[in-house]
Amino acid sequence: MENTFESRFGVSEASMSRLRKIRKAKDRAATVGITIGGLSVVFSICLIFFYLLYEVIPLLMPASIVKEHSLQENVSTDSLFSVMEEQAEIGLSIHRDGQVRFYSTHDGNPLYIERIFGKDITAVSADSPGKRVLSLANSTGEVIIVQHDYHSRYADNGIRTIVPSVHYPYGEEPIELVPGESIKSLAFRDGDTNVVIAAVSEKNRIFLKRFEKITSFLSDSVELEESPIIELPIPSERVDNVLISSDQRWLFLVEASKQVEIFDLRNSVEAMRVGVVPLVQQAANITVSTFLLGGISLLLGDDQGNISQWFMVKNGEGHSSLEKVREFSLGESPITQIVSEHRRKGFVAGDSDGNIGLFNTTAEHVSLTQRVSHTGISQIVMSPRGDNIVIQSDDNKADFWKVNNEHPEVSFMSLWREVWYENYNAPGYVWQSSSASNDFEPKFSVVPLTFGTLKAAFYAMLLATPLAIGGAIFTAYFMAPSLRQKVKPTIELMEAMPTVILGFLAGLWLAPLIESNLPGIVSILVLTPIFILLTAYGWSRLPQDVRLRIPSGWEPVILIPVVVGSGALSMGISGSIEELLFGGDMRQWLTNDLGVDFDQRNSMVVGLAMGFAVIPTIFSITEDAIFAVPKNLTFGSLALGASPWQTLVRVILPTASPGIFSALMIGLGRAVGETMIVLMATGNTPIMDMNIFEGLRTLSANISVEMPEAEVDSSHFRILFLSGLVLFIFTFIVNTIGETVRQRLREKYGSL
Amino acid sequence: MKQSTKIWFRQGDPWIWLNAGAVAISVVMVLGLLFMLAVRGLGHFWPHAVMDATYTPPNGQSYRIVGEWVEDERVSAIRLREAGMDIAEEVDSVQRILIKTGNRDISGLDFRWILQARISDIHYPENVMTVERREWGNFYGYLEGLKEKGVSVRVEDIYAELDSRIERVLSLQEKIVQIEKRDIGVINYQLERIRLKERSLEINEKLTASAQAEFQVERAELDAQYQYYKGQLDNLYQEVSRDSLIATSMDGTVSEIRLSNIVKAYRTNNMGILQKLTFYVVQFYGFLTEDPREANTEGGIFPAIFGTVLMVILMSIIVTPFGVVAAIYLREYAKQGWLTKLIRIAVNNLAGVPSIVYGVFGLGFFVYFLGGSIDELFYPEASPSPVFGTPGLLWSSITLALLTLPVVIVATEEGLSRIPKSVREGSLALGATKFETLWKVVLPMSTPAMMTGLILAIARAAGEVAPLMLVGVVKLAPTLPLDGNAPFLHLDRKFMHLGFHIYDVGFQSPNVEAARPLVYATAFLLVAVIALLNITAVLVRNRLRERYRALET
Repeated sequence: MENTFESRFGVSEASMSRLRKIRKAKDRAATVGITIGGLSVVFSICLIFFYLLYEVIPLLMPASIVKEHSLQENVSTDSLFSVMEEQAEIGLSIHRDGQVRFYSTHDGNPLYIERIFGKDITAVSADSPGKRVLSLANSTGEVIIVQHDYHSRYADNGIRTIVPSVHYPYGEEPIELVPGESIKSLAFRDGDTNVVIAAVSEKNRIFLKRFEKITSFLSDSVELEESPIIELPIPSERVDNVLISSDQRWLFLVEASKQVEIFDLRNSVEAMRVGVVPLVQQAANITVSTFLLGGISLLLGDDQGNISQWFMVKNGEGHSSLEKVREFSLGESPITQIVSEHRRKGFVAGDSDGNIGLFNTTAEHVSLTQRVSHTGISQIVMSPRGDNIVIQSDDNKADFWKVNNEHPEVSFMSLWREVWYENYNAPGYVWQSSSASNDFEPKFSVVPLTFGTLKAAFYAMLLATPLAIGGAIFTAYFMAPSLRQKVKPTIELMEAMPTVILGFLAGLWLAPLIESNLPGIVSILVLTPIFILLTAYGWSRLPQDVRLRIPSGWEPVILIPVVVGSGALSMGISGSIEELLFGGDMRQWLTNDLGVDFDQRNSMVVGLAMGFAVIPTIFSITEDAIFAVPKNLTFGSLALGASPWQTLVRVILPTASPGIFSALMIGLGRAVGETMIVLMATGNTPIMDMNIFEGLRTLSANISVEMPEAEVDSSHFRILFLSGLVLFIFTFIVNTIGETVRQRLREKYGSL
Repeated sequence: MKQSTKIWFRQGDPWIWLNAGAVAISVVMVLGLLFMLAVRGLGHFWPHAVMDATYTPPNGQSYRIVGEWVEDERVSAIRLREAGMDIAEEVDSVQRILIKTGNRDISGLDFRWILQARISDIHYPENVMTVERREWGNFYGYLEGLKEKGVSVRVEDIYAELDSRIERVLSLQEKIVQIEKRDIGVINYQLERIRLKERSLEINEKLTASAQAEFQVERAELDAQYQYYKGQLDNLYQEVSRDSLIATSMDGTVSEIRLSNIVKAYRTNNMGILQKLTFYVVQFYGFLTEDPREANTEGGIFPAIFGTVLMVILMSIIVTPFGVVAAIYLREYAKQGWLTKLIRIAVNNLAGVPSIVYGVFGLGFFVYFLGGSIDELFYPEASPSPVFGTPGLLWSSITLALLTLPVVIVATEEGLSRIPKSVREGSLALGATKFETLWKVVLPMSTPAMMTGLILAIARAAGEVAPLMLVGVVKLAPTLPLDGNAPFLHLDRKFMHLGFHIYDVGFQSPNVEAARPLVYATAFLLVAVIALLNITAVLVRNRLRERYRALET
């Protein structure tokens, strides 16, 4: 018989080796596939971190400006006022000779010119940077209100052209404001119900005229109903500039380059003058004065290169005074131009040395300073979107620049330090991210949110730590094994409890319960341990045959009715305690007698609910750590005569302490990142107060509240990503510490 | 043997007892919570007796009150006095009851607190009727008569007649829903598809006159169908609004309620225990299978259950292969060293990263970045309305898959590490390749571990809400993500979710008091499902451990 491979194995050698090859190929393919799969999972984990970082990094990017092209024509020689339309394609400049000239920002060529008054224009005032309503004054004391409008037209080939035009929203008839005198400075506000114009004449007299807006019933047109002209008290010095705040209350006169005189327009004429504030110390002179967006803050530039922000601050007695809030420095040379941004609390300034700077007031942030010309800056025109500027220098060269300044309102200062916001009496930490209007100053202090996060975590840990660690000690060390098998999964079941349910119970059941039974809740916290101790003492006094009926290690079963009983008793006597000690209403008592504010959804509720959520995490890890302590250590100690408690305190706890530490760390990580409970159990008010009876807002709840509404890629959006990243990093660090300690401990026990 | 107090203290017994107390407190809290949820959640469906009584408020006219007892509590008299109630000087506290009086359309409020001591003449009349309505909540009152097309109907047994007429209306309404949701829904869906097709051709500049004409024909056809259904609907609506009932409420107002506005009418005081039980089962079944009504505060939670289940299934499909492959890689293929140790710590930590961070990541990366790119590439015709560039089912599933990945990895790894080395070595010694050992020996043995991981992942995903609020959950989805229109499974749609339902109804609804029982019921359902899943996971794991212990010896 032939002894071939085939006869022995039933397959040919060739097919066998083919099979082997296939198997080998499969094996190799699997190795490659699994490696790729495994690595891709690892990669996707890293992706979370890097993506969050990627969204946050633009916040840290510095601003930059790039010159796009020069405008060939001298666009705005001798211009009084200049502005750009939304798309930054058309500029408008108003000249002393009465021309209102629209020009292309691409080359500077005029597109359309309208003459107003037919004579000289002496002063121009715009309401706020974003509005397209202007008032113009001439040398015969007349004022007219004009509006510049833009319409897009599409040609057949789809190319869009923007057509500018000038309108007179309140009629083409000029308003006579200063009889027979030339107006040298003008202030104008066009509010929702009122229009106010103030003018300073050649002879340093100030005239004010108010109008009420009347909307006619038949059409949508608005007409002005005028009131008589008022002449204000004579100013104390030569007036350089007149400004009116957007609420039409304050009128500021910048005088003699040195001081600001303040008028309160709500007072009667005689009482209008409320004060004179000397502005610059040393030898500096004011060169430029204007409003920041919103018409609340004054920006004053001086001849030493400094720009300061001032606004009216109310002191304790209700008096307002003009206060210097912050100061920026551009260079050493006199400031020649300050232009406010249209949508943000920022401005661009230029000086006589050819430097320009981009600033943000809220963030107290100098985004950029750059020398753009060898001669002084004579004019800066900013586009409404803040992404383009036209800079004209003294040598009559005008250039069109592109601005990259996405997130000027975010700086370390605005996120983490006290900021003095407009309309606030003092610097503070405030989170208030959005509002309907463009003038709004966003307040992006993450300090109250961080504080709220830590506060919630603190109260939660306060409840969870003793319960979880105490419970774990007993379960791991004293409890009867048969009971332990039931208790441990029961407590661990808590961990799986959806937090939305805990939050819902906390908000809708616990919070009202605490509110109406506050003394009862407090007495639960006091009475329960006392009752437990009394029971313990009583138990030790019982005759032995009774005690032996329940074996050691079953104490919790005896205590369950005690705990339930003390809870029921506390709630039962709640009303009586309230009657006895707090005059029937503890909430009232807290607020009136102690001056402690009470919110229904407060930190105590969060502490209880979140403590409940954290207990199983801490319990489970601590229990494992204590249970894993080698038994020979315990037996050694007991054999030497130590009592079980002494053994626990002196031997077991020191050995297991790293494990307990890691349990606390991981518990803390969970408390810090928890969202639903705090979202539902607190009022989500971003306040900074350690008071246990007040609400809070955490970073995580803030994200879930505001993220769906945040505009994509806005500063707000990126700050929310930043808070996500902060949470990620914080929990990652805390968990890593906990996890490393635990692994180290495991290795140590392994050797024992 | 009795110890002296001093020794008792020195031996540390008080501390031991305090620790025991901590255990007792924890256990009481867990069980108490479950018990409370069960009682409040399940109690809602029981037909409560409706009482008819006279109530005299401390300072005012007495009036008749008809309604269901909801809860009671003791309040201090001082608080009530502060609220302006005239309470006798010597009284410290009083018992007050919350009564659900319904009839929100008549009296403006459907719940009221009344003082127990001032209720008199309580009785439970047999013919007091509860009417569940489609709007304005419940109605409590006495049935006076029936009307058909505005004309009174004279019959022997008015209640039986009412029941049969309600039955008729309900069946008509079912037909209406059928037409509106299914038939007209299909037409709308097809119209939208035609629009998108047309737009797509237009973008690619391939829209020819013939194609346009074709679309026009299709549209006309659909429009004709629509007109047909609309005619049917008009008829049905007329039919449905034929009948109405006349009833008097507690203040004597006679009101007419259209039967088309009624979900159910019953007399609880007239029910025997068996009837009540049946009623209970029917109510509970309705809760599970019906759509929500009245801004989610009434009706069922079917879409939320459906959305949760579908999302969890999709998530499992995504997470299982990735989690298992990653675990196999870490345990079987990667070189064990500091790198794998690091990865393991990172994976473990990821389980502790707040879920909201996953939500933020999902919104930024999946929705805006991936979804936006997909829209640009594949759905230019839908612009400017996004298809995948907006939160939806797909992104929710992927985000939760990422969130639960660590759970699956850790559990599978544990299972793999428990398989005795001898088994592996035996297989290799017989000439199997590494992959064959893995595929034929190791994996089958570790399936229970994977199952444990998957079950835990499902339990976690089912209860997670915070990230979903950012990546796809809505309070009311007009359509289910799974329906009869091709491609049947609509991954881009938004969906409803049990957990979010609890948050939304409990905290965002206009009438929290009325919605509360439903929230409890929903919460109980969610907890029950999750507890069940967890217990299953624990049991599977325990059995697994036993099995390996047997193998090792």
